Amino acid sequence: MEEIKTNSLKENDDVSEDMQLLNDVTKNEYKWGFITDIESDTAPKGLNEEIVRFISMKKEEPEWMTEWRLKAFRHWEKMEEPKWPNVSYPKIDFQNIIYYSAPKKKPQLESLDEVDPELLKTFEKLGIPLEEQKILSGVAVDAVFDSVSVATTFKETLKEKGIIFSSVSDALKENPELVKKYLGSVVPYTDNYYAALNAAVFSDGSFVYIPKGVRCPMELSTYFRINNEETGQFERTLIIAEDDSYVSYLEGCTAPIRDTNQLHAAVVELVILENAEIKYSTVQNWYPGNSEGKGGIYNFVTKRAACRGNHSKVSWTQVETGSAVTWKYPSCILQGDYSVGEFYSVAVTNNYQQADTGSKMIHLGKNTSSTIISKGISAGKSNNSYRGLVKVGKKADNARNFTQCDSMLMGDKCGAHTFPYIEIENDTARVEHEATTSKVGEDQIFYLNQRGISSEDAVNMIVNGFCKEVFNNLPMEFAVEAQKLLAISLESSVG
Amino acid sequence: MLVIKNLKANVEGKEILKGINLEIKAGEVHAIMGPNGSGKSTLANVLAGNGGYEVTDGEIYFEGKDLVELAPEDRAREGIFLAFQYPIEIPGISNATFLKTALNEVRKYNGKPEATPKEFLDLLKEKSNVLGMDPQFISRSVNVGFSGGEKKRNEILQMLMLQPKLALLDETDSGLDIDALKIVSNGVNVFKNKDNAVLLVTHYQRLLNYIVPDYVHVLSKGRIIKSGGKELALELEEKGYDWIKNDELIEEIV
Repeated sequence: MEEIKTNSLKENDDVSEDMQLLNDVTKNEYKWGFITDIESDTAPKGLNEEIVRFISMKKEEPEWMTEWRLKAFRHWEKMEEPKWPNVSYPKIDFQNIIYYSAPKKKPQLESLDEVDPELLKTFEKLGIPLEEQKILSGVAVDAVFDSVSVATTFKETLKEKGIIFSSVSDALKENPELVKKYLGSVVPYTDNYYAALNAAVFSDGSFVYIPKGVRCPMELSTYFRINNEETGQFERTLIIAEDDSYVSYLEGCTAPIRDTNQLHAAVVELVILENAEIKYSTVQNWYPGNSEGKGGIYNFVTKRAACRGNHSKVSWTQVETGSAVTWKYPSCILQGDYSVGEFYSVAVTNNYQQADTGSKMIHLGKNTSSTIISKGISAGKSNNSYRGLVKVGKKADNARNFTQCDSMLMGDKCGAHTFPYIEIENDTARVEHEATTSKVGEDQIFYLNQRGISSEDAVNMIVNGFCKEVFNNLPMEFAVEAQKLLAISLESSVG
Repeated sequence: MLVIKNLKANVEGKEILKGINLEIKAGEVHAIMGPNGSGKSTLANVLAGNGGYEVTDGEIYFEGKDLVELAPEDRAREGIFLAFQYPIEIPGISNATFLKTALNEVRKYNGKPEATPKEFLDLLKEKSNVLGMDPQFISRSVNVGFSGGEKKRNEILQMLMLQPKLALLDETDSGLDIDALKIVSNGVNVFKNKDNAVLLVTHYQRLLNYIVPDYVHVLSKGRIIKSGGKELALELEEKGYDWIKNDELIEEIV
């Protein structure tokens, strides 16, 4: 890069200022005296304002976006890491993380023979078709398959209906007004420590916009968008459903994802307007660490839906079987009158995994209702906590909530905990809470054995019966995969 | 069908069975009686392959196969059925799913095709009638909310559905009133034929009025101390277990 000589343009102050700026920008010399090469693909480790600017610049974001990130970062610096969850993990060194690396293709392998056989075994058990296995493992895929892929025809249909389904990065370039209007409106950067961090450094995520009166004809899946890029560490997703619209969104997949990045702090914001509905399903199976509890991903997520319109509805369904530590409370703010929020969850912990998960239902409008069905399964030496909040505001007349949190313990070295919080400020509210704890005992397994059923099948039957209600709320294909996934996660949990 | 030679077994490290010898042929009904703690249930559980019981010595052969080597689910598929003394509750799994899965496991093992829904329901209706059970129960979770008597009847229903070769009934009569006892006994009598065999474990003679045994064995302190025909049960009823124990003492002294 040539250094532009500013000396020769002294007669025009404006121009010289521009030149100075240009110089600064191309050389990236900041007062901290450290140079970041804008051409490079990865930022150096650590987090400071410069890194935040670097991220924004690499993504070619508008000025207001950079400002937003910076404000979030400065706020984050003043915050303290929360210590209240019922999980423990080694202290995270935030300065020892790389906050930006250019989206790069996964290493291309020649054939499935080069893939970790353990991974292939899991794919087999999950019934994943061969071509998909190749894509997931980074094996080069036939050009023919790729061009006639479902993804292409899929995009055409969406375009016809005016549905936007893209990455947030693309949305910032193609529909910046929409993003600006809603980003951070459901989860502001001031919300919590990890939301602030995410706002400052988020890598990318999904942006979905469903126009008025449109019913999205197919399930939108992150699988199609991410394709063969590496998983984002700080994902940020924004879905907007205009009046009278509907969309069903699937996040994640059952295939086990390994990632070099250990911390995943994502944010998901859903905005639902009048008479609209969003169905958001998640199946998460990230690397949970080995059987001794070493390694594994920390999944710290803030997910929130704002049911702004009257008669708006949101349904969160999640099956969490992976990650070393899962910390998330998909929530609903029921602002619109007659709005409805639902949360269905199965959280499985095995070996040394930990989970502190649940939901928050905030009733603000009139005649709102919410349902929480949480199923926690603990096995091995794991720890599984349900934490839920049902809050009914002063003006929230006739609010109704039904909460059921069930725990299932497999063996006697695991733990299950429940932390329900109920805050009612309006006496017309009707709130029901039920909780059960059951143990899968050796005697149950033996009973099933004695009827010719293997121990593995026995555990699966019992667990599936336990989770039935939640699985019934998943889109069918996901439900079938989720059942298989549960079976694999609990393998060798009854020994 | 079943040959037991010098069987010794432990429960939680304590030796309960101290050398059992027993032979059961197809078409026979055997009754095992004895005071509490004699090892009756232990014998039934060891035969079924319950992991809480450890075989320390001896041999068990079922249809010529070494049973000790077989996992409990394989023993079941080979045709051994245990009617539990305390049937287990399994919330979340319906009786329908449970029975159908069990039935198809046995069929699969024997190379037979799985039962169609119609076949299954017809079979279920037929067998439920024998036991006077309301077919509605099929959608309820296994044994959840069942009374003691209903649980025992459910065990016999399963036996009728699965058609095992050897049925081990562990104190099936305990907790049953006379009417329930009659129904359950009828179920067992309908079941038994010249190709299968039944081993009844019971405390009381009463059951044997309804299910007439070919052989009666008395178990005391882990050993079969006396065997006889059905009259032995009547003698026991009259004279009590002490009668046998005295004999035992005499034998030891001599």
